[in-house]
Amino acid sequence: MKDWTRHLPPMAILGPLLALLAASAFFATQADNFLSGQNFSLILQQVMVVGLLAIGQTLIILTAGIDLSCGMVMALGSIVMTKLATEMGLHPLLAMLLGIGATTAFGLLNGLLVTRIKLPPFIVTLGTMNIAFAITQIYSGAQTITDLPEAMTFLGDPIMILGTPVAGGVLVMLALYAMVWFALSHTAPGRHLYAVGNNREAARLTGISTERVLLTVYALAGTFYGIAALLSVARTGVGDPQAGQTENLDSITAVVLGGTSLFGGRGIIVGTLIGALIVGVFRNGLTLMGVSSVYQILITGILVILAVATDQLSHKRA
Amino acid sequence: MPISRTLAVTLSAVALAALSQFAAAADQPVIGLITKTETNPFFVKMKEGATAAAKAQNVKLLTAAGKQDGDNAGQVTAIENMMAAGAKTILITPSDAKAIVPAIKKARDKGVMVIALDSPTDPLEAVDALFATDNYKAGALIGQYAKASLGGKPARIATLDLFPGHPVGAQRHNGFLKGFGLAANPATSNELSKPAEVVCMADSFGDQAKGQTAMENCLQKNPDINLVYTINEPAAAGAYKALKAAGKEKDVLIVSVDGGCQGVKDVAAGKIAATSQQYPLKMASMGVDAGVQYAKTGKKVAGYTDTGVTLIAGKVVPGVDSKDAQTGLNLCWGKK
Repeated sequence: MKDWTRHLPPMAILGPLLALLAASAFFATQADNFLSGQNFSLILQQVMVVGLLAIGQTLIILTAGIDLSCGMVMALGSIVMTKLATEMGLHPLLAMLLGIGATTAFGLLNGLLVTRIKLPPFIVTLGTMNIAFAITQIYSGAQTITDLPEAMTFLGDPIMILGTPVAGGVLVMLALYAMVWFALSHTAPGRHLYAVGNNREAARLTGISTERVLLTVYALAGTFYGIAALLSVARTGVGDPQAGQTENLDSITAVVLGGTSLFGGRGIIVGTLIGALIVGVFRNGLTLMGVSSVYQILITGILVILAVATDQLSHKRA
Repeated sequence: MPISRTLAVTLSAVALAALSQFAAAADQPVIGLITKTETNPFFVKMKEGATAAAKAQNVKLLTAAGKQDGDNAGQVTAIENMMAAGAKTILITPSDAKAIVPAIKKARDKGVMVIALDSPTDPLEAVDALFATDNYKAGALIGQYAKASLGGKPARIATLDLFPGHPVGAQRHNGFLKGFGLAANPATSNELSKPAEVVCMADSFGDQAKGQTAMENCLQKNPDINLVYTINEPAAAGAYKALKAAGKEKDVLIVSVDGGCQGVKDVAAGKIAATSQQYPLKMASMGVDAGVQYAKTGKKVAGYTDTGVTLIAGKVVPGVDSKDAQTGLNLCWGKK
């Protein structure tokens, strides 16, 4: 535990930040209307769902795990909360809490399978991804849930900050990033998480209950997916069983671009936010330039390879 | 170890028992329906239509689908499995117009009648028959409607398309421009035309959240957009959400294609100005009828049958024939 800061050089955040600034500078010269507070508020709003999923994903990747199920679990949460609020007539607040409860339970299931039966996270979440998807389709009849109460969608509404409209959900996302950053860098459980990710056996020998840390991380990640579901519902105004299909991989992209190591134990949560913003900036900027979506996918792919290659090289040297 | 092995054996037994109930009765004709996905409401409805028709005619209906749009391998596997199950007619909505052709040829060589529903194969002759919407016409109808609605105002158009290279996306997009009276590629082209009036083109993947993002970015690019073409109604709903957030929902016309119940409701509510409605139930029941006829008489159907498209509009505009939302709601697919 004594040396945990050694693994968090401020340099780790520098690469992603430079990439974000370089991309922004490029688009500022190439696309009209890119450089404005309103456009940045827009980009934040467009990445808030993936940004929240990526918080859970970061926690799991820091333990040297991975979660392929997050997008589907989010879709399940959004269907549960919207169906409860509309067809079952539950109070919106209760419906939202139960939706987040459902995703937390799913996260806990992932955690139990990883810790108790000792299955690799990749395989566990590959399975639960399909299970969550199927349950979502069956439960919703593959139908979009509409006519939601206002109380479920207000986080999608803009709040004026310094003359710029910012979606309420963006503030939720930023607040959660700040909280997780504090917990990871300034509290004992945060240090335990890094320790488990660095070297599970060593962490166990120092008296950390690695099982409990992992269970908490997976369940907590589920909670974040539930909040992501809430933001997704607020943003689109519907419960969408088709949601989350690309977001699981998008969240991993954000984590990797943000400089968190897939080997576990190294990474800063703020990097993930920057990673999500990099993808958002490219998507927005290329659309403003009139470039087709396939190029957006191409560039994202290249960035991921670059990010992982950088991580791999620095890991070897370390 | 022994515990997990016992568990595995038990689970396999349960799975087999569950599957056995799907075994076909020998005397019934078997018809297979392969859709693009199990989850798109359009295909859910198509499957419902086929199931109802099959029940009425006492045929055994097998259904399968790709995992996601574009999953050709999944559809090939489904064709193989259905042939093994004794299907004499296979109805398929090809995910990939070209890639599915060799698998269809194998089936037809064994005497299976293959009918494409909703989307054509490339070449068209790879199947016995095609029952589908004329997507170019569907686009042209909303193009004509948009032109008449705008009156003489100059158009600044955003198009929220499907994704690159999909024939249905190209046909609707180009048909829309053609109907609007702009220069556009013909129905046979897979290229999206981009006349000067189109100020923003973005891909929505037919998805509401992605449609919303695309519209937000298009508005950022050109705040003066006054006409939005969308590939389908979920994308249109996303576009409306983005326009509303920008306070522009009253000044911008949204037109779409599909005619799902939610989409028609959005027309009634004034969110979407007009949509071209297509009829998946009809495609499916016509396919089952053709399969029954083939089983009884050995006579195959051939060629292209247009299953029809109707313009559903909130407001009547002079010179354009349209039906109101109530008519659309009676014929729509999805949850009423």
